[in-house]
Amino acid sequence: MTQTRQPVGVEEVRRRVRELLAAHDPATTDRLEFLRARFDAGLAWVHFPPGLGGLGVPRELQTIVDAELEAAGAPDNDPRRIGIGLGMAAPTILQFGTGEQKQRFLRPLWTGEEVWCQLFSEPGAGSDLASAGTRAIREGDEWRVTGQKVWTSSAHNARWAILVTRSDPDVPKHLGMTYFICDMTAPGVEVRPLRQITGEAEFNEVFLTDVRIPDSLRLGDVGDGWRVAQATLMNERVAIGGRPMPREGGMIGAVAGTWRTHPAQRTAATHDRLIQLWVESEALRLAGIRLRQQLAAGTPGPDGSAMKLSFARLAQQLSGLELEFLGEVGLRYDDWTLRRPDRVDFFGREPGYRYLRAKGNSIEGGTSEILRNIISERVLGLPSEPRVDKDVPWKDLPR
Amino acid sequence: MNLLYTDVEDHLRSSVGDLLADRCSPTQVLARCETDKPYDLDLWRTLAADVGAAALLIPESHGGHGATAREAAVVLEELGRFVAPVPFLGSAVLATTALVGCSADTLLSALAAGESTATLAIALSMGPGSPFPSGVRVDGGTLHGRVGSVADALVADVLVVPAVGPDGPELHAVRLPDPAVTVTPVVSLDLTRPIADLTLSGATSERLAGPGAAESAVDSALRTGAGLLASEQLGLAEWCLDSTVAYLKERKQFGRPVGSFQALKHRVADVWESLVLARAAARYAADTLATGDPDTPVAVGVAASLCSPVAVRAAEECIQLHGGIGMTWEHPAHLYLKRAKADEIALGTPGRHRANLAPLINLPGPE
Repeated sequence: MTQTRQPVGVEEVRRRVRELLAAHDPATTDRLEFLRARFDAGLAWVHFPPGLGGLGVPRELQTIVDAELEAAGAPDNDPRRIGIGLGMAAPTILQFGTGEQKQRFLRPLWTGEEVWCQLFSEPGAGSDLASAGTRAIREGDEWRVTGQKVWTSSAHNARWAILVTRSDPDVPKHLGMTYFICDMTAPGVEVRPLRQITGEAEFNEVFLTDVRIPDSLRLGDVGDGWRVAQATLMNERVAIGGRPMPREGGMIGAVAGTWRTHPAQRTAATHDRLIQLWVESEALRLAGIRLRQQLAAGTPGPDGSAMKLSFARLAQQLSGLELEFLGEVGLRYDDWTLRRPDRVDFFGREPGYRYLRAKGNSIEGGTSEILRNIISERVLGLPSEPRVDKDVPWKDLPR
Repeated sequence: MNLLYTDVEDHLRSSVGDLLADRCSPTQVLARCETDKPYDLDLWRTLAADVGAAALLIPESHGGHGATAREAAVVLEELGRFVAPVPFLGSAVLATTALVGCSADTLLSALAAGESTATLAIALSMGPGSPFPSGVRVDGGTLHGRVGSVADALVADVLVVPAVGPDGPELHAVRLPDPAVTVTPVVSLDLTRPIADLTLSGATSERLAGPGAAESAVDSALRTGAGLLASEQLGLAEWCLDSTVAYLKERKQFGRPVGSFQALKHRVADVWESLVLARAAARYAADTLATGDPDTPVAVGVAASLCSPVAVRAAEECIQLHGGIGMTWEHPAHLYLKRAKADEIALGTPGRHRANLAPLINLPGPE
């Protein structure tokens, strides 16, 4: 049998959970007050250091904390609303931030008092993030930042942003970048909704015009922004859900439900396709369980990148099948009104929305094509395409 | 549920893998497949008796190792990786599972010791959920009839024969050679697991089970076989991916390794993606078979319908991405393509497995 490592501190963690619940009865404690107390007890993210919401124990112990607190009816921090803060900003601040930055930002980030967004992509820098051109010019203890960012979800709710800039255009692109924390309420920050094919505006364009950022909000060294950004993106890829999905969780559940309630619409051809997709969805779910078992055994593998490819493909195929299956109903759409949701909700809306929104699954968080490059180079060890931009100063690159 | 490989399983994998690397290289397999001895019986004896692979699914009370489908799955991964010409599937999986289903002690002891090799006398294309085969009947106490496309029959000394008796399904054991039994080799698509046609004209037999028990023994063999074949397909597909990647690194055109072209990289990345899903599905099928989980029929249906096309695609991509060399007899890729395609048909096609799944997962077809 695989040896199941008994990580240090299980008892300590359980004891802390009991103490937290004893001192702050979830039934009578204000939600925010409870969340702050949970953070201060080191039970927010147990793998973070003591004093910063954690206990410095292995990450897998978090599942014990989450399960016990959920069982006790404790409120959570609504992680889907603050995913960028939790998954990207927090680990980056932890790794590169100063002591002051960690103390200032991590607690309200985790409790959701302060929402974060990500100012990375630009109209001219998508998959090639290292070519970003938003200029940061140093002026004494401050930086003056000007440029345009795009695909920024939550920008309209965000208090803070993680921001990648071009601080030196005279060196090759990877070497001239600097990473900042940006105050979204600062003068010169303008957020405009970016309407997408679903009709809503989940994303924004963010225009930065002579925005003043104090040097104390720099994350990492001047010129080291690419390395910091890499760390952020690495965390995006390892962020997986807190618990295993049940069978028929996700898109397959919605489509199977539609199938069961519309017997008259069924055909032999759609039946076989549906079962094929059911099988693949189940295999993807099992791959997720397997990935978790690898993490728990201390042998994490690269399977997560395969899962993202499969997830995007299945979401698109399933939602397309659902619409086709519905026939006449599939000709209708629930609402084209420009709305600005604070999260993605696949299942609160109609199948037409799911079909359109799923198109983004193979683009957001790294396109499926970039992911295939990463798999073939880092997992399979194939050589990269010849690079023409590596040793050229950023300012001389064609754009 | 454990979807990883245990230390014991890893150890078994390296024993089998080392043996096969030594005695079953692609060149050796290729050289053998057109001779009059397409099976490597020396290798089979070592694997069955010395490594103990034949005894994995046999309970300790019958001289077996009392291991589980999880270990047998790991052996099949390695056998698939080497397209090894040994009768493990027919003897140690199909016939053994059927015999365990009717507690055939003496036969099982001989199989466990590697002294005997058996196969289940069914068309290899038959899958779980099929009607009980009616090609052989019991008449006057002996067996009469014909069974086509039987895997591993060429080297079996025991046939486990489903037959229809006066009261319905029965299961019989026939010892070979027997003048009343003809085993005719068939020119087979799969060069490394050739099939044969059987004719029984008054063969004497031992009756192992009658109606009820016979059907459930055959069904259990087919379900176990289909679930475990997914692991063979996984190992086979892993070889196809590995050899393709190695070739893409080494082959140069237009002044650079062809593996640096995105058009090719993306295709192998897609194969790798499909293997991540296939591995999870195959492990789950093996795990449920091992523990007798009530979810076994679903797990087997998922693994069988998913892993077949994954293996076929991996083998087809292997041929294509090797370019001209992949089309030659000299390169072993075709052995894998032929095995992959035959495996897709074996023990139920993907479409048949999906049809079986529909009622199990409450997704009924058109009314």
